[in-house]
Amino acid sequence: MARVVVNVALKPEILDPQGRAVAGALGRLGLSGVIDVRQGKQFIIDLDGELEGERAELMKKLAAELLSNPVIEDFTLTVEN
Amino acid sequence: MSARIGVVTFPGSLDDADAARAIRIAGATPVALWHGDANLHDVDAVVLPGGFSYGDYLRCGAIAKFAPVMSLIIEKAQVGLPVLGICNGFQILCESHLLPGALTRNDHQHFICVDQKLQIESTETLWTRDFSPGQQIVIPLKNGEGGYVASEATLDELFAENRVVATYVGNNPNGSYRNIAGISNKAGNVVGLMPHPEHAVEALTGPTTDGIPFFTSILKSLVGAS
Repeated sequence: MARVVVNVALKPEILDPQGRAVAGALGRLGLSGVIDVRQGKQFIIDLDGELEGERAELMKKLAAELLSNPVIEDFTLTVEN
Repeated sequence: MSARIGVVTFPGSLDDADAARAIRIAGATPVALWHGDANLHDVDAVVLPGGFSYGDYLRCGAIAKFAPVMSLIIEKAQVGLPVLGICNGFQILCESHLLPGALTRNDHQHFICVDQKLQIESTETLWTRDFSPGQQIVIPLKNGEGGYVASEATLDELFAENRVVATYVGNNPNGSYRNIAGISNKAGNVVGLMPHPEHAVEALTGPTTDGIPFFTSILKSLVGAS
């Protein structure tokens, strides 16, 4: 079995109001020194068999076209075979 | 026979009935299209209405772009089919890459619902011909993720090519870059708009009737084309 983990976050130049609200809450709850918070999404995809070849290429393509919007978001993809 | 304008209903669409009513008031025939439809029932134009298609899961409009009816609309829009996306429809058009940029969460985090003043910037699109350039109108605006974002280069191009259809007047209600409320594609057949003209077509139910020209514009465009 392969586990694919895709992390998606807004690009650094895109304002993240949710992250900003979380940063404010962390400060109010006593956490000092909060410089910035960015809120993202994580997809954990379990697959039958190893992820390789064409299927690995398709997984990358779908991470870029479905799981993230390249206009506003970056993603990282890691595979644990 | 009057023009046939399709209105797509996705699971989670809210404003499809109002869009159909606006089309009727403008003098055309609304045609209900279902997200699973495999044909467009000979419509002359399409409205993608507001709401929360597929629950806004993943990203607003991200799932809707893969609906069977959308693959037909995307294909035809690229060769001239007039399409107006309102609110969630605008988000779907951006996700489908028929329009550049994206819509993100309002900068102040809150859902807004106001009667919004707009300035019509381009009357060259198929959906805005009945306005005069610079005309100011008031129509409802209601969104949680209405902040229009795009790269500086894209924003410059949109203004240079007269593809900014409408801008917000007064307070920027959602953090949209350069006060952009709506844009069009290069050909001017595809327009995305965050505010809701379909809610401003009757004195009884809307703040104004300023939304009507969007729908009469397309009628004139269709008559002119045929």
